[in-house]
Amino acid sequence: MAGSGPIIDWSRVFGTLRPELISRFFEHMQLTFLAVLIGFLISFPLAILAYRHRKVLGPITAVTGLLYTIPSLALLVLLTQLFGLSMTTALIVLTSYTLLILIRGIVSGLNGVPNDAREAAQGMGYSDRQMLWRVELPLALPVIMAGLRIATVTTIGLVTVTAFIGKGGLGIFILRGFNQFDSTQVMIGGLLSLILAVVVDIALVLAERAATPWTSKRARTVI
Amino acid sequence: MLDVAISLKNVSKRFSQNGGPAAVGDLSLDMRKGETVVLVGPSGCGKTTTMKMINRLVEPSSGTIEVDGTDILKQNPVELRRGIGYVIQSIGLLPHRSIRDNIATVPKLVGWKDERIKGRIDELVEIFELDRGLLDRYPAELSGGQRQRVGVARALAVDPPVMLMDEPFGAVDPIVRERLQDQFLHIQQELRKTIVFVTHDIDEAIKMADRIAILNTGGVVEQYAPPEEILRAPANDFVKQFVGVERGLKRLALTKVAQIDIEEGPVVTSDSSSEAALREMERFDFHWAAVVDEGELKGWVDVPSVKRVGSVSEVEPRPFSAYVTGESTLREALDAIVTSRTHVAVVAIEGQRYKGILTLERISREIVDGR
Repeated sequence: MAGSGPIIDWSRVFGTLRPELISRFFEHMQLTFLAVLIGFLISFPLAILAYRHRKVLGPITAVTGLLYTIPSLALLVLLTQLFGLSMTTALIVLTSYTLLILIRGIVSGLNGVPNDAREAAQGMGYSDRQMLWRVELPLALPVIMAGLRIATVTTIGLVTVTAFIGKGGLGIFILRGFNQFDSTQVMIGGLLSLILAVVVDIALVLAERAATPWTSKRARTVI
Repeated sequence: MLDVAISLKNVSKRFSQNGGPAAVGDLSLDMRKGETVVLVGPSGCGKTTTMKMINRLVEPSSGTIEVDGTDILKQNPVELRRGIGYVIQSIGLLPHRSIRDNIATVPKLVGWKDERIKGRIDELVEIFELDRGLLDRYPAELSGGQRQRVGVARALAVDPPVMLMDEPFGAVDPIVRERLQDQFLHIQQELRKTIVFVTHDIDEAIKMADRIAILNTGGVVEQYAPPEEILRAPANDFVKQFVGVERGLKRLALTKVAQIDIEEGPVVTSDSSSEAALREMERFDFHWAAVVDEGELKGWVDVPSVKRVGSVSEVEPRPFSAYVTGESTLREALDAIVTSRTHVAVVAIEGQRYKGILTLERISREIVDGR
């Protein structure tokens, strides 16, 4: 098998490999989705806190920045000591890499809200809470979404690493393919995670456009 | 004192705790219901700070502020702001909301029903002569002048009795600014809101104000008086300097032709004989006379043209170039006079109804006598 034949043997892809490809593809999506979701749920309150109280921004970025710089494989190995070869281990690793990107996105999105909109809103009688939800967050959405896209695409790439503890979605094929000198598995694993990343990224761009119609003013003026 | 709408008593504001200079030292001002008070002064005079204390965007360090007899420092600031119209120079339309939703901002905050909001938007569209097609656009799609008008309309949405306006026409070019000022003056004539208006432009202050408060550094009120009085009798050198040159001309811009006594000029009718017409011109020592039939101004005829014929009816009256109405300002009349060959402006009120003439001497007397 090794070193002979085409790089990708499509008959195997649509034959023997197919059931596992499909289930791993969904596992990959699931891991990504859960990691980004949990990451966002942690990042959001931290980012709001950092936006409201400048003093905590430093410590928050320092800690999440530190998490971001730890090599993913090292963190993975470390955490197996605590949680074993579990989904928890995989999710903790994946989530910890989204935090810095997401927090930065939310904070810089909020910082970018035009001051005159904020002042006018305050002058018209928005409470702090109403201001956050109805003015600041909607206006920060494009930048928050940009952070979310980077975090998601990064996570899709990182999921493959968790193959080392037997999770890893499509990463399993890459790891196994290397061990067995099987180019078909390596290539199809890489190709599918690439496609996943591109499709999800495009979907997020479209979602952002739909949610922020005011940014595409040209479309309206033409009509 | 029933007609006082806003009252500031010994108000001060210090931004730094450790005894730096106060932005506003010790300021007291009363503003009457329905009047436009313009706070004007050089930058650093605390005019914007003073205005922002009225809706508590800036908390006063000491003193009391009453709006309609209520001590606003005891009110919930968020509730207070909903009841006071607010316009800022950069307008601050919410970029993520359509024009319609921008105007509906405060009505929604105070919980109006959709139907009532819709009705109010229709009213405001009419008052401000807004294009209905703009309602579904976003702020970024509007011109500066349109945005400014929407900003003012939005501030009036719940029909608040008090409006705070911080250089509301500052962000547009001079031509558009003048149009917006005129429109707003017209609207204010009907609405009679109590308006606190901040500007650094003395000409805008003179145009918009019922009373002007001229502020000096630290919120010191140098003079608080109607524009005419400030121009006629500046309280001190600071005011004189701030008001600047051309005080006489600026005052002329404040007086309408209808407000002063107009002079009599030579008048003939179409069926006057030539002799009668020449006698009339001689009586005033003029070379020409206005032709007025039953009160209606037809034009003018001069000595040579009348001399050639037997009756005024044989001469085609020529149209006046220096022509003003009762609604014109004395400054406009002056302009008409100096650009006309005869150095006289003819006054007609309501279309072609002839009233009399204005001369350079008459206008200059108006400036000198008022001094």
